[in-house]
Amino acid sequence: MDMRTPLGKVRGLGSAKEGTDHFWRQRLTAVSNIPLLIFFVFFVARYAGASHAELLAALANPFVAVILGLVVASALIHMRIGMQVIIEDYVHAEGVKIALLMLNTFFAIAIGGLFLFAILKIAFAG
Amino acid sequence: MTDVTRSRPLSPHLQIYKPIPTMVMSIMHRITGGALYFGTILVAWWLIAAASGAAYYDWVNWLFGTLIGKLVLFGYTWVLMHHMLGGLRHLVWDLGYGYEKHFATKMAKATLAGSVTLTLVIWIIGALLR
Repeated sequence: MDMRTPLGKVRGLGSAKEGTDHFWRQRLTAVSNIPLLIFFVFFVARYAGASHAELLAALANPFVAVILGLVVASALIHMRIGMQVIIEDYVHAEGVKIALLMLNTFFAIAIGGLFLFAILKIAFAG
Repeated sequence: MTDVTRSRPLSPHLQIYKPIPTMVMSIMHRITGGALYFGTILVAWWLIAAASGAAYYDWVNWLFGTLIGKLVLFGYTWVLMHHMLGGLRHLVWDLGYGYEKHFATKMAKATLAGSVTLTLVIWIIGALLR
């Protein structure tokens, strides 16, 4: 027997009121991560160990700077919701779980802040 | 009533089952995802060093260039490739394909073989670009 109301069925959001948003976002960023990270891997493979001047010149290229910004956004969203699932799967004490979920978001935003500061500083100020 | 919750019987867990390729690769997908998460610190460090000036960048560059640094970066490359191929496998499943038992096992083995191959290719290309 289906206990859901017709309105609930139409909305399709489930008990968490988010529907398939988390699932979809993980797939969306998974797909965008593929080309972005392939670019990123080749960029790092090319410039790992490069001189400071050489790396700055490469990062000053607007195409490189924009792509790296997109890499950061896509990868950090993907890893944040991925880690959220890991925490929810293994941490059952409510207080610890909430604290870790908050730390997870803080970590992703902090790393994103560092990345974007570095990319923008080099792109605009050298 | 917490004692009741704690003394409930548990379902059989990991130690009960024989590890099979699909299971091992599923676990590896989660572990590599977690490793990539913390590995972002290394990448952020590299870019922040580049933004902080030549002296600090040269030091970080030297550190990443040591044998231990290279091993960590080699491992990080493999972890990224493994998670990416594992993710492609998940996208195949999301599209409704690849559930047949023997094919799924083949895909699991291909994920490992592919990630090792891609890692070596990337490092060879990286060496040639220098």
